[in-house]
Amino acid sequence: MTAPYWEAVIGIECHVELKTVSKMFCGCPNEFGGEPNTKVCPVCLALPGALPVPNAMAIEYMLRAGLAFGATIPPHSKFDRKNYFYPDMPKNYQISQFDMPLTQGGVVRYWLEDGTRGECRLTRIHLEEDTGKSTHASADGRLAGATSSLIDFNRAGVPLMECVGEPDIRSADEAVAFLETLARTFRELGVSDVKMEEGSLRCDANVSIRKRGATELGTKAEIKNMNSFRSVRRAIASEIARQIEVVEGGGRVIQETRGWDEAAGVTHSQRSKEEAHDYRYFPDPDLVPIDVTADVVERVRATLTETPYERYARYVDTLGVDSKRATQLVDDAALAAWFDRAVAASDGKAQAVVAFVLGDLARLANESGTPLAAGKVTPEALAELVALTSSSAINSKAAKQIVETLWSEGGSAKAIVEREGLAQVSDRGAVEAIVDEVLAANPKVVADYKAGKTNVMGFLTGAVMKASRGKANPSLAQELLKEKLAAR
Amino acid sequence: MPTDRIDIRHVARLARLALTDDEIATFGPQLGSLMTHVDALAKLDTENVAATAQVVPSRNVQREDAIRPETILARDVVLQNAPQVQGPYFRVPRIIAEEG
Amino acid sequence: MDPLKDSARAIARDVNARTTSAAEVAEALIPHVERVDAQLGAYLELTPGLMRERARAVDARVAAGEQLPLAGVPVAIKDNMCLMGTRTTAGSKILETFVAPYTATAVQRLLDAGALPIGKTNLDEFAMGSSGENSALGLTRNPYDLDRVPGGSSAGSASAVGGFEATLSLGSDTGGSIREPAAFCNVVGFKPTYGRVSRYGLIAFASSLDQIGPFARSVEDAALVYDVIAGKDPLDATSVDREVEPAAGALREDLRGVRVGVVKEFGLGDLDAASRAVYEAAYADLVRLGAELVDVTLPTAEYGLATYYLIAPAECSSNLARFDGVRYGLRVDGADVGEMYERTRAAGFGPEVKRRILIGTYALSSGYYDAYYLKAQKARTRIAEDFARAFERCDVIVSPAASSPAFRFNAKSDPVTMYLMDYYTIPGSLAGLPSLSVPCGAALPEDGTRPMPMGLQMTTPLFTERALLGYAHAYERATMHAEKLTPIVILSPPPVIPSPTTVILSLSKDDQR
Repeated sequence: MTAPYWEAVIGIECHVELKTVSKMFCGCPNEFGGEPNTKVCPVCLALPGALPVPNAMAIEYMLRAGLAFGATIPPHSKFDRKNYFYPDMPKNYQISQFDMPLTQGGVVRYWLEDGTRGECRLTRIHLEEDTGKSTHASADGRLAGATSSLIDFNRAGVPLMECVGEPDIRSADEAVAFLETLARTFRELGVSDVKMEEGSLRCDANVSIRKRGATELGTKAEIKNMNSFRSVRRAIASEIARQIEVVEGGGRVIQETRGWDEAAGVTHSQRSKEEAHDYRYFPDPDLVPIDVTADVVERVRATLTETPYERYARYVDTLGVDSKRATQLVDDAALAAWFDRAVAASDGKAQAVVAFVLGDLARLANESGTPLAAGKVTPEALAELVALTSSSAINSKAAKQIVETLWSEGGSAKAIVEREGLAQVSDRGAVEAIVDEVLAANPKVVADYKAGKTNVMGFLTGAVMKASRGKANPSLAQELLKEKLAAR
Repeated sequence: MPTDRIDIRHVARLARLALTDDEIATFGPQLGSLMTHVDALAKLDTENVAATAQVVPSRNVQREDAIRPETILARDVVLQNAPQVQGPYFRVPRIIAEEG
Repeated sequence: MDPLKDSARAIARDVNARTTSAAEVAEALIPHVERVDAQLGAYLELTPGLMRERARAVDARVAAGEQLPLAGVPVAIKDNMCLMGTRTTAGSKILETFVAPYTATAVQRLLDAGALPIGKTNLDEFAMGSSGENSALGLTRNPYDLDRVPGGSSAGSASAVGGFEATLSLGSDTGGSIREPAAFCNVVGFKPTYGRVSRYGLIAFASSLDQIGPFARSVEDAALVYDVIAGKDPLDATSVDREVEPAAGALREDLRGVRVGVVKEFGLGDLDAASRAVYEAAYADLVRLGAELVDVTLPTAEYGLATYYLIAPAECSSNLARFDGVRYGLRVDGADVGEMYERTRAAGFGPEVKRRILIGTYALSSGYYDAYYLKAQKARTRIAEDFARAFERCDVIVSPAASSPAFRFNAKSDPVTMYLMDYYTIPGSLAGLPSLSVPCGAALPEDGTRPMPMGLQMTTPLFTERALLGYAHAYERATMHAEKLTPIVILSPPPVIPSPTTVILSLSKDDQR
């Protein structure tokens, strides 16, 4: 949607709730929802005298997240206080990280639906704590027009990582692809559920435009209040269009915060305050510095496995799976792992494996509600089936039947073939006998064929298959039919 | 010079303190005089001196990721000190604009 | 035995031996405190119900065979420490109605050791002050002259022990808030190394400086409390994980071979003649006990006050942000939440607290951080280095604990003049060092009628509490200065009708200001 003359420059910042058992600085449960104000203690309620003690697992999750994107883990880090008043922030400062974040740099490599790929550098990922939740007592539950607000502190103190991206993104689709990769990766690392609808991933986007080829950045607007990937895509696209319209109309984009209005499909300026924020950051004197030794970094690095992007690239580049199917696999880590085992067992016949996995098996899993990886079909059984198909030992119809049987009973594909007598008949003599029978039984059809109605071939092939109870090799049957008809 | 050195109104706004004109008139010179005293620090050479955030050096004081049910407060206790509640919530006057 | 006057050690010994009971101690204390406190105003709230309840629990534990280090010892708690079920106000209107739903670690350790809580003591609002006059909730008097301040900020805790209203008490010291009132009230006041005692449950003033410590009428009793409250707390990330060597049973009696540092920059020249004579005598006593006086220098000490008055207000401006009228405490309503904040905090905080919040907010604000807060953090490093160098030449540093004995109410109206009271105590606080004040005599103030007690400050390297308490004990046992003075509340006959109303009216703050 960007006019060829204009280029959008987009930087994403997102907050991701970490999936620890307890909160960041206290022993309250880190759980979504629940009865209001029942998951709080003196620390996360900021009672006078209460003190924070950091959650070691949250720090480990940060290292995992950073290392998965190739970030640098500085040897020294610390917590700072970010001071500002807001009623759902109990201390009226947020414990965050200012100038010494736990991770620095790194690159998020992502891909789009059509298979194009991109990358966006990360500035940093830092650790902080979440706020409580305000509900606004107005007719529509929104801030504007509310007469009062109600506060639940259950979420206050939940560990939050803030990922700050460099302005490397050029379109709304790329922004979504970037976020999807982050989400897939964090989910797979086990550091977050990344449920946007539960608010465990929240993002802001800095959007500006410039003439294509320019190197300077334009004035940016910060877009907030995007609550789904869909709204991220729509909001950024709408904002880019708005800025182009402003500039082409002779105006200037002003630096401001704009809220996304999902219903209206536009961004609205959020009254910019006269005074800029002055967060008065300083090192939190209640907490001691964090040192991360090279040993710890190596220990965490050793636990990392292939990232979703790496897996996607391997499927597409090495296994030749198409982008859409590769994405489907990558989106389900358990399925991908199952797929990998099946590919390995089938001597690399990835195309055939993926056809089953995302075809009949996916349908069966979907119908039964049981994921493939939790079902009775083993990757080895599928590998056998693939081998049987590709060696023409069975035909596709039999293969379908075997898949059904494997799904409901498990076991080995070969055993089913034997038990059910599904082996494809490729013996020339046996098929020839059936072909002769069929031709003899259908003189009128044969006559039609000879008169030029070659489309009856389908009927005749079907009749041969039927007479062989599906076992005849269909291409051999056709070949023999043609030979015999030509000879008449 | 010290009297108007600090923009007291701006600082008070950051600190969310409503000050009366009398207070501004009193605090202005007092803070100015204190800051003059504090300015003496500029004479102290701190080139290549590390900042002390904690006098007793210590690192990596962390807790295990575990729930401590005994610290969780019952909701009536949570709300007992609240100036205003509504049902299970703390209630505050309307919020004008988002911060942070 | 006399539970009003006995040492903590004696009371605990008797209760553990079951020659008396915690219940008897409580019953003796409660009416006494109610009477005396009408004059002193050390307490903001008495907790007789809790005291009796704890006494019963202690007696039951002792009966079951336990020996408790503070069995049946009456203690007073500075009202900036949470004690579950009691009002915990920090001496501020903003917390006047706050009832703590949990107990501070240090307080809990006292209770677990068998101590009986008498009540919560008055303090300068949020522990900001050097005279006790900044409390928004009451006026505390000096037990040795009711027209004089008890010192601050731990005003009530010092006054209660000095006035025999408590055997022990807990105070907190940020820049001298234990040592200075201890000197004014003729008691021992001890600030351990920063991080030795958990701050969990202590309402924060300046987190990197605050430290809880005891008041007692002897060094040995102070050591007894220290042994109970010191040690790592998993709820305070800045509490130090380092073994605490029990001090109470290991206190020395002389100072042979001890090198006592006299700081050039802490000369006695600025003191009046009477005060100077007290400290000259004290230094001579140290030599008499076998110590060698060594001249040491702390060249950066002169920057202590400036450093402190950046760091402490900066931290306080952030620590006190939580008092916003949302979850607890005072609220003054407004049309919107921002107005509510501003009105609540305007009405809830007193002038000294507001001043410090403003200074601290300014020092941290955009463009000033490096020049002020960061510079002060670096100055802090230099001050700590100076102490480290001085301790290469001496084992303990001595100085006056305060620039003068207790002064009259309203004598120091200018904030900076008041801040200068902490000239001797602040540098050690910035360096996190263990430091105490021990009674060292008395001087008749020029405007006074009775000699007022004074304190000798002793400071030693980080984590050398046991040595520090030993030096102080040797000096104390040899000089017995505390016992040479009697508090006026004990001297004066009990009022015929101890009417608190009358007393409070006649002592109202308006009279004083």
